[in-house]
Amino acid sequence: MGKLYTFLKYFFITVWTVFVVAPFLWALTTSFKDFNSVNGGVTYIPWVDFEPNLEGWRVLIKSPAQGGVDIVEPYFNSLFVTCTASLVSIILGTLSAYALSRYTFKAGPIKNNDITFFFISQRIMPPIVLSIPFFLFLGAVNLLDSLFGLIVVYIVLLMPIAVWIMVDFFNKVPREIDETALIDGCNPYQAFYKVVLPNSIPGLIVAGMFCIIFGWIDFFFAFILTFTEVQLLPVKIVALNSSITPWWSLSASALVSVAPLIVVAFIVERYLSKGNLSGAIK
Amino acid sequence: MNFKHKYVFLFPGLFVLIGILIFPIIFVVRLSLSGWNSYNGLNFIGLENYVRLFTDDPRFWESFIRLSFLSVTTVTLQYVIGFALAHMVWKEIKFQRFFRVLFLIPMMTTPVIMTVIWRTFFHESLGPVNDLLQIFDVAPKWLTDPTLAKITVIIVEVWQWTPFMFLLLLAGLLSLPKEPFLAAAIDGASPIRKFIYVTFPLMAPISIGAIIIRLIEASKIMDTVYVLTSGGPGTSTETSSFYIFIKGLREFQMGYAASMSFTYLIIMIISLTVIAKVLTKLLLKE
Repeated sequence: MGKLYTFLKYFFITVWTVFVVAPFLWALTTSFKDFNSVNGGVTYIPWVDFEPNLEGWRVLIKSPAQGGVDIVEPYFNSLFVTCTASLVSIILGTLSAYALSRYTFKAGPIKNNDITFFFISQRIMPPIVLSIPFFLFLGAVNLLDSLFGLIVVYIVLLMPIAVWIMVDFFNKVPREIDETALIDGCNPYQAFYKVVLPNSIPGLIVAGMFCIIFGWIDFFFAFILTFTEVQLLPVKIVALNSSITPWWSLSASALVSVAPLIVVAFIVERYLSKGNLSGAIK
Repeated sequence: MNFKHKYVFLFPGLFVLIGILIFPIIFVVRLSLSGWNSYNGLNFIGLENYVRLFTDDPRFWESFIRLSFLSVTTVTLQYVIGFALAHMVWKEIKFQRFFRVLFLIPMMTTPVIMTVIWRTFFHESLGPVNDLLQIFDVAPKWLTDPTLAKITVIIVEVWQWTPFMFLLLLAGLLSLPKEPFLAAAIDGASPIRKFIYVTFPLMAPISIGAIIIRLIEASKIMDTVYVLTSGGPGTSTETSSFYIFIKGLREFQMGYAASMSFTYLIIMIISLTVIAKVLTKLLLKE
């Protein structure tokens, strides 16, 4: 019984590992291929099946005029939009979450839980519902195809995540520490800034990671709200996926775009092992 | 505690969110009552759009049924596989941290970008899948056969989002109290009984949360479909969002698209509430 279970367990883990790794390995080998080794039949192993070359990687930094793809600018655009929107969402979301966790609000039938639910429920909103008015509004104020317009939209996407994680987190930070700080003569802002925040760093990191993940992987809004002036990485890479697809540069750019977030996987796992995450996401 | 300060903490976030959202939402409702397209402006045509939607547009309802099928199937698979994986790396296992990180990685990758890779992966003549299947002398049309295209979408979605389920469930498993497991061990319960009578009931609330979160996200399936199959072949992988996208931002029938989005939003809210209630009843009955 025990042996069978162990066997099945390792079997299942192996199968899943292969499934998870397969597209990455495929992209990695493809990125070193040229036209012939892609279109002449399926090849797998460099030096055995085909002669590897670096063309797929080289075009990434060449400008389009030289026949390149130039993902450098979209890369920094993506980085900038994701980080700015995450930062704003974390700051505003943390403040709101702190209020919702520590104080009681009452406006008619609306109580704390309803306000929290309002924040979180914004994730239910299908992006397509907002896309049409956003498209028309941003067009009306001349923010279509601009970084600022995208950041505004991303704040709506990310703030619910920040509030969701931080409310739960603050609920677990003992109230006594704020109260002690208040008795010691801090005003509420100092208490929050000097005492509560330093004790909330694990929560802030987890919330930050999630904001960055969901900001970085968004395609839809960037796709609809930008055209030529501003291009984000996912849009740029998907645009490569045209009729005659250069599989090699496509694979190389995909790997480059995926790389930074793999670091995030390590950080998330670390907090998971320490048990900090269990309270933060529930 | 002082009364005034709480508003200083709450309002910036709340007002920014409301400020960005309130006009778009009101505008969608107003737009849905107009015949806005390439040449008509924001006129008022009453409920005409809704009448058309409910009586004369089977394509929308088909796409909705397709979406329900795709999201329920993918979320079920993600839950089963995610739970199994989480359970396997929960206790001591060789290379525990390696597997935990590895199983998380797909959710960190941009869905559309990985979908572009999947497209090459499932390519009919140049992809590795069909190359390996040659041994069995079959060459499935992964992207151009109506049924197989759905399965391909499901495979890609499961690859992408099982890690999220895995993360939520593993975090849940790690936060479980130790006492019930000790009690079960003292009673000499077998691993299977331990799972059915201890682990699973304890995980029920977390399971419900995770399933609901994933259903919400899965109901938005759109960019994967756009890149993988563009809704095709025909309309066989077209989801509601994608259909609204075609009507609104491709054919510029903004008014009609707005009425569809609003209907879609209402249906989503109602069905998710019902699903949450049903799941709570089913999983928490003990």
